[in-house]
Formats: sequence, structure tokens, C-alpha cells
Amino acid sequence: MGITLDELNGIQLDVLKEIGNIGAGNAATALAKMIDKKIDMNVPKVQILEFREVPELIGGEETPVCGIYFRVEGDITGHIMFLLELKSSKSLTNMLMARNDETESMDEIEQSAIQEIGNILSGSYVSSLSALTGLNIKISIPSLAIDMAGAILSVPVIQYGQMGDKVLLIETELIEGGHEVKGFFFLIPDMESFETLLSSLGVLK
Amino acid sequence: MSEIKKIGMADLNVTKQSGILTTLGLGSCVGITLYDPITKVAGMAHIMLPSSKAIRNNSNAAKFADTGTQLLLEEVLKLGASRGRLVSKLAGGSQMFSFANKNDIMKIGERNVIAVKEVLQELRIPIVAADTGGNFGRTIELYADSGILLVKTIGHGTKQI
Repeated sequence: MGITLDELNGIQLDVLKEIGNIGAGNAATALAKMIDKKIDMNVPKVQILEFREVPELIGGEETPVCGIYFRVEGDITGHIMFLLELKSSKSLTNMLMARNDETESMDEIEQSAIQEIGNILSGSYVSSLSALTGLNIKISIPSLAIDMAGAILSVPVIQYGQMGDKVLLIETELIEGGHEVKGFFFLIPDMESFETLLSSLGVLK
Repeated sequence: MSEIKKIGMADLNVTKQSGILTTLGLGSCVGITLYDPITKVAGMAHIMLPSSKAIRNNSNAAKFADTGTQLLLEEVLKLGASRGRLVSKLAGGSQMFSFANKNDIMKIGERNVIAVKEVLQELRIPIVAADTGGNFGRTIELYADSGILLVKTIGHGTKQI
């Protein structure tokens, strides 16, 4: 039987939070390299939330957001989702492509760019996880969706929903000049993988 | 003044006469509505998973197609609906993300819709309208005075079913 989020003890939570911190830090560095600009990052918030509370964090269920979703493969399996407000994704693609497009939609090139950003951020997050645990962890090619926050969030929430009523969420804020980009990582290990993850970190009860 | 009740994920609620029930941003989840046109009793549930039987932690009945529909039925009956007059409408069950080799998890929306239809059939409640599937989110509003279900999307129009 797997472990649910409700059953995690304080030390296990701290370890998961620390992974979140390191992973998000590396992701910010990767982004800075990619756009060749200095990126500041606020200390990421790592939280375990009731799934009802999740959409509010990002401005309500109907806020347009961009979700980039990956399968996690290797010694642990599961999913990773990088989610950001549509506004933030536009700031990122504008930074990356050095343009100033203020429309509310994303064209094909911007979609492809945001997938690539998601790919790099999630990739560096996963490689820190891999380095910390000594596990072989890879991510699949990304899948992108732009839609209401509630609809996109239903995907990780449903997966967590098979284990309990809470989700593990890492919120990072990246700042470049005047642009603020708020992004969220969801790490969603499959039930069996939670144990593998915790035991490789030496904190399985 | 119409009273609007908002239904969250894995949640359900009922109203009557001039009330409005809404759930925002349905993705792979399914919104189930039950309605009695004579007493104007309306109910809505926002379920996340097909079956309570496959899950260890299943205390929240409104999370699952099977237990959620059952509970919704009990609640509308309590509010004065007549079982024989009840009709149902469904929305949601999208597949928000797609991968080349589809696995079970990715098809959860489709499985949710199938599960809800099975439960309604067992309960002998006719489904009079449905707007399910696709790869986009939906916000739904059920009007208790008319039984109309309004489905709103981003980029896929708005319709009444």
C-alpha cells in the first residue's frame, strides 16, 4: 500500500519542501541562461492543500492558464505539471522572443516556446530530484493546454484524488526586471512511487 | 433575486424554484445535474473519479460517480423532487492533455462519463442532454426555474442544453 499525503510526518514534508526549493532554484537558473537575463526568485512556497483551495491560488477556476504536463518515467513514475497564468506565460514568451505582444491569446510559435520553457524548467527540476535521490528519473515530451484554471487543475487533482483529498504544490515566483512570472509546479508521483521517493531520501518511516 | 450556489470539486448541492447552481472550470471531472420540472427542484454534483470501489480513501461521497450520483439523488428527493419525473444533464469529461501512447489516467474524463451514464441507467434516470468530451474546460450553470443548463467555454462558445 502507498503512503498518502495525510500520513506524511514533519521530516518527510520538510524533505519534500527542500526538494521543491532546490528544484525550483535550478529551474530559475536554467531559465536565466535560456533568456540570458538575470532572474530573481522568491523563496518557493511548498504547500499541501485541500484540493478545493487550489484554484483560488491562481485567481479562481475561470482564470485562463497555461498548463504543461509531463509523464515522469524511470525509477519513479507519475506526472509533473508546470502551470502559470496566461499573462505570465505571455511575459515569458515575450522575454524569450524579445517581443512585446500584448494580445490575450498565444500563437503557434508562442505555444511552442512556452512548451520549451516548461520543458527546461521541469527538466531541471527533475534533474535536481534525480541528483538528490540517486534515482533515475526522466520526463516525457510536454503536452500543452491553455484553458480555465479549474479544468487544467482537474488533471493533477484527479491524480492526487486517487490517494486522498490533498495535493502537493510548489509555488515559485520568477522576476525579471519589471516582469513578474508566477508559476506552480505540481509533483504527482504515482502511489507506489511516493514510497520509493521517500525511502531513497532516507526518510521512509 | 436568484440565489447562486457554487459547487466545488468533489462537492454537490441542491436548490429549487429560482435558484441557480454553478460549477466553474470542469475539466476531466463531470458535472451531473438532476431536475424535476414540476417542483423545480434542481441538484448538481461535480465528481472527479469513476468509482469509489477502486479507491482506499473514499470517505467523500461527492468525489465519485457512483456514490456522488446516489447522494445527489437523495438530496433532491429530500427537497421535494419526484423520483419518476427526474431528468439528468451532463457536462465535462474532457481530456485536457494528450500523449502519444494513451494511458488510463489520461482517459479519466471519458471513464468518468461512462461511469456516470451507467449509474444513471441503473437508477433509471433519463439523460436528456449532454455536452461531454473534447479537450477544453467548461463552466456550467443550472437554472432551477427552467431546467436549462448553460455551458460556457474559452474559445468553444456558449450553449444551452
